[in-house]
Amino acid sequence: MSSQAWINLAYLAASMLFIVAFKLMTGPRTAVKGNYLGAAGMAIALIAACCEGPVVERLRAVGSGGLVTVGIAAAIGSAIGAAMALKYPMTGMPQMVALLNGFGGAASALVAGAELWNMTAAAKSDAPAVAQLAATNLAPWTQFAIATALTGLIGAVTFWGSFVAFAKLEELPRFKQAWTNPNRHWINLGLAVVTLLLIWGLCVYPRSVLLYWLLVIVGSVLGCTLTMPIGGADMPVVICLLNSYSGLAAAAAGFVIDNSVLVIAGSLVGASGLILTAIMCKAMNRSLVGVLFGGLGTTTAANADDVYAGKVKSASAEEIAMVLEGASRVVIVPGYGLAVAQAQHAVRELANALEKRGTTVEYAIHPVAGRMPGHMNVLLAEADIPYEKLREMDDINPTFPETDVVIVIGANDVVNPAARTDPKSPIAGMPILDVDKARTVVVVKRSLSPGFAGIPNPLFAADNTLMYFADGKKAILELTAALQKS
Amino acid sequence: MSPSLLIPLLADVAVAEDPATRFIRLLTVFLLAMWVGFEVITKVPQRLHTPLTSGSNAISGITAVGAIVVAGAMATRFGSLLGLLAVVLAMINVVGGFVVTHRMLEMFNPKKK
Repeated sequence: MSSQAWINLAYLAASMLFIVAFKLMTGPRTAVKGNYLGAAGMAIALIAACCEGPVVERLRAVGSGGLVTVGIAAAIGSAIGAAMALKYPMTGMPQMVALLNGFGGAASALVAGAELWNMTAAAKSDAPAVAQLAATNLAPWTQFAIATALTGLIGAVTFWGSFVAFAKLEELPRFKQAWTNPNRHWINLGLAVVTLLLIWGLCVYPRSVLLYWLLVIVGSVLGCTLTMPIGGADMPVVICLLNSYSGLAAAAAGFVIDNSVLVIAGSLVGASGLILTAIMCKAMNRSLVGVLFGGLGTTTAANADDVYAGKVKSASAEEIAMVLEGASRVVIVPGYGLAVAQAQHAVRELANALEKRGTTVEYAIHPVAGRMPGHMNVLLAEADIPYEKLREMDDINPTFPETDVVIVIGANDVVNPAARTDPKSPIAGMPILDVDKARTVVVVKRSLSPGFAGIPNPLFAADNTLMYFADGKKAILELTAALQKS
Repeated sequence: MSPSLLIPLLADVAVAEDPATRFIRLLTVFLLAMWVGFEVITKVPQRLHTPLTSGSNAISGITAVGAIVVAGAMATRFGSLLGLLAVVLAMINVVGGFVVTHRMLEMFNPKKK
């Protein structure tokens, strides 16, 4: 067997390991093993890459210098990656994932750029065989040209889109506000037209390195302008979509350098991102196009004063503790506010205090609660809350009528009954947690300010709702103290 | 750049396969892998969506393979430079992704103290 055959076999093994890794991700107990297998697959693929013909030939021709440089670059990257991954707090996971994602996209765009550069250089070679092969690849409308163009575009969009998403999630001052320039659709349309022209140009003139980098620049701008208008609560969709893009960029790079492990791993990631995107959109009852280009319409929202007028009841920690004392079943609904307040450990304390009294405590997790898919699960898991108690929306919704107390912490739109009752509401039809059906609802919130959708929440004015106006963490700590005193 | 150094760059292209055939071959792999991805990932429960996102994110760093080949071949100076930069970025993605996923998954499992 030729050495290339062995390398391809290693790539095949790596691809299989990736598929098994995804398969093991379906259970919390097997997922750790899945992650190890994924890493093992990656290690095999990377070693195989070092044995590729061009690398080895170069090694023979000029010694080990080249491979050592690559090794140093890899070590630098690995050290930065490990440091970031170990240092970042769990509440910052969405940003962290966005950032890592962007690096992957940028790497793909650079690989395609480097390959195009090498290929055009080879076409000018004095050796007829080399020039001939390069010329075949660089003929108009070949796979090489199309894939190179797509890699550059998707890679650039991924990198800059991820960067903007990171900046928004980190709440950097410049990016905090969604970009709502009324002309943004025209700007995006214009950029899209330029992008298509450049792709077409690169397919007709594949030797034009300039066109490629122009495409990367336009893709970079497009990545920014597409992500900047998207608001905080839609971030889960953006994160999933960018994740999908980074996979597709890698797959496209696989077409450029004719490498099947890139194509397989890239398309697995692409598929995974697309599925999560679809799940997130469904959980918000919105179309992907609506999330990307729409922004929420607020024209038909009910007036806040009419909804709340004189009906909002505020309660003290002692009063709420008294209600909790008599409860046999309590459900906690976490939202992004919980992550902001870093209240996950306080919540665990409260749950412990309740459980000591014989109360059943469970957690209702809305699919889009937080800023990335499954965000709340990770946060509560960090506070050692067993995952059996974290229940999904469809699973827990029927149990609310038998629930004594629901405690909503930092969630708003996902518990807004207007989604169910008011067909004119901007969030009409969005699946929500039916907390209003519980006997008593305690809402921990800093003020009556609206959530991301910018609409008032009739839940806050309901007869069975008690508002507790305070910072999430402080409120929960006070509740726990009051409960332990009584 | 002497021609002899450019030959290895094209060594794997030298197989007698016209571009169209190669495209169809890769497209087959792409579509089948997408299909497998859809089948496997629809079964991941909601609570594991964050580790799934970060884990798949790590795997998208597979582009490091391409970066190593391009950088290691050192066919042109500028190409190698881009390749090396790609190696750094892709390895941040790979290592960061796997480590962060591991950190998250550890929290899902009861502590073995």
